Amino acid sequence: MPSILVYVLHYDGAFNKNSLGAVSEGAKLASAIGGECHAIVVGDKAGLSDELCASLGGYGATKVFRAEGPEGLAQPVVDAMAQVIRAGGHGYALFGGGLLGFEIGAGLAARLDAGVAMEITAVRAEGSKLIAERPILGDSAISEIHYKGDLGIIISRLNAFEIRETGGGAAAVEDVAVEYSPWSTKATMVQRGEQRGEQVNIEDADVLVAGGRGLGKAEGFQLCEDLAGALGGAVAATRAVVDAGWYSYSAQIGQTGKSVAPKLYLAAGISGAIQHKVGMQNSENIVAINKDANAPIFEFSDLGIVGDLNKILPKLTEAVKAKKGG
Amino acid sequence: MKICVLVKEVPDAAVQKRLDPATGRMDRGGEKNLNPYDTHAIEAAMQIKEGGVVPVEEVVAVTMGPDSAVRALHKAVSLGADRSVHLTDAALSGSDVNATGYALAKVLEREQPDLVLLGQQSDDGECYTIGAVVADHLHMPSLTQVVKLDVEDGKLRCERQAEYGYDTVAVELPAVISVGDAINEPRYPSLKAIMGAKKKPLDTLSTSDAGIESARVGVEGSKAQWTAAKAPPAKQAGQIIEDEDTNETVEKIVAWLDERKLI
Repeated sequence: MPSILVYVLHYDGAFNKNSLGAVSEGAKLASAIGGECHAIVVGDKAGLSDELCASLGGYGATKVFRAEGPEGLAQPVVDAMAQVIRAGGHGYALFGGGLLGFEIGAGLAARLDAGVAMEITAVRAEGSKLIAERPILGDSAISEIHYKGDLGIIISRLNAFEIRETGGGAAAVEDVAVEYSPWSTKATMVQRGEQRGEQVNIEDADVLVAGGRGLGKAEGFQLCEDLAGALGGAVAATRAVVDAGWYSYSAQIGQTGKSVAPKLYLAAGISGAIQHKVGMQNSENIVAINKDANAPIFEFSDLGIVGDLNKILPKLTEAVKAKKGG
Repeated sequence: MKICVLVKEVPDAAVQKRLDPATGRMDRGGEKNLNPYDTHAIEAAMQIKEGGVVPVEEVVAVTMGPDSAVRALHKAVSLGADRSVHLTDAALSGSDVNATGYALAKVLEREQPDLVLLGQQSDDGECYTIGAVVADHLHMPSLTQVVKLDVEDGKLRCERQAEYGYDTVAVELPAVISVGDAINEPRYPSLKAIMGAKKKPLDTLSTSDAGIESARVGVEGSKAQWTAAKAPPAKQAGQIIEDEDTNETVEKIVAWLDERKLI
């Protein structure tokens, strides 16, 4: 009966939400294929207490492997997972998305000569096998991935799996002494989790006006600020403009940023790449303004405006103000 | 320092992508171009070469793909690579991520680069993982989605955005680094470079030339098997307004928002 090993990312004493979703999903799938769901954590043991690790039992993990190792880097986790899988014979490795999940899953596929699929949005059990579903071609079709061999690696899309508390008791915690590969220790963290730009809270806002590269320059964000002010909302941004230094990292939506679901998400000059979509597609109403009629964002927006945001946003701000005042 | 840049030919972004209904895999016919993300990797290589911190003897573009992939190599050379290597063999067709990474690693073993650069993802498959696969096969350290890359004291200093903010990571060479599109603005090739690209050395390798075990590549050698695609659950298409008269457009937006009590 194949068991499932789930990688769980932690930072600052808390587990990553996508990892908890993956444990929940792993527990459900493991019971469907007649195996167990195990979790693995890698890091400084001082930050991984017995109690914290055992708490993964509440999401359905029966055992948690704990390895002392560097944090925030993929290759040491590949070593740890390969060692645990070789010893334990797990049939599947599961990741809750995110940058590290992609890197670890891919490295593990190379190490153990396994099949790997990423951006998975659903997994189902058939007998003792798991089959993964992956949207492709801008989510216009879904492919199925079957695995052959001893191990299948499943890397989910961000927010694909719901967090479910199973009411299970404490998981058993087992320490693993990992022998790290020489190449895995040649990358070292100099600084982790640097916050660039001011801290803003976008997760509690009912209305978000998000800006992307289409704003043209950092100053273009003023148009978003003005509209957000009129609507009583906050401003969000894409990774491209955050990396370019136009806006604060804490306002970033998507793969390596925040996931939000406001009542209104107004996207200005955002093309709608998958990495952005995963962070905002659960918004109740999506309005997009983009000059490119072929931008992918129009495929998942409720109202799309093909036009120049420099012309539309200022007038929209005035009209919203007039409406509110009237 | 010797830099190898992994590049890929992808369907042109302007061309409607489609699946082969028989195999469930991407139909890779039609107009092709160099993966736009790879141009950032070539530019990163050129900036290291021109930066003068370390002498760069050679920048080599490497690809795996059918005959037509030569055009992606010509483009890479026109952007500054000194020569290129083309791994092409019918046996490679249908290789999954791990099989592709293994095959590319075998080519790179012959080249013995100090640094392997690649783009953060391919424009067609939306897969950001090949760098990590190649690195493990080569036993090299690796980092993906790097947006700032500097050579310092014989090591790389890399910055990237990860789950909890920006990370700075020191990486010893040789290494495999995939770069994000925010790292630079790729240059346009000069007409002279475009004309001269076909004259630069190009090695064409088969799987046996590269020492690739044929049982580990192609459809048979791939452990992830993609099956026929199905349609996603139908989603009601949104309303689209073409902005002709902006006052009118804005009126329509406000009415739409008002109807949903969003103002």
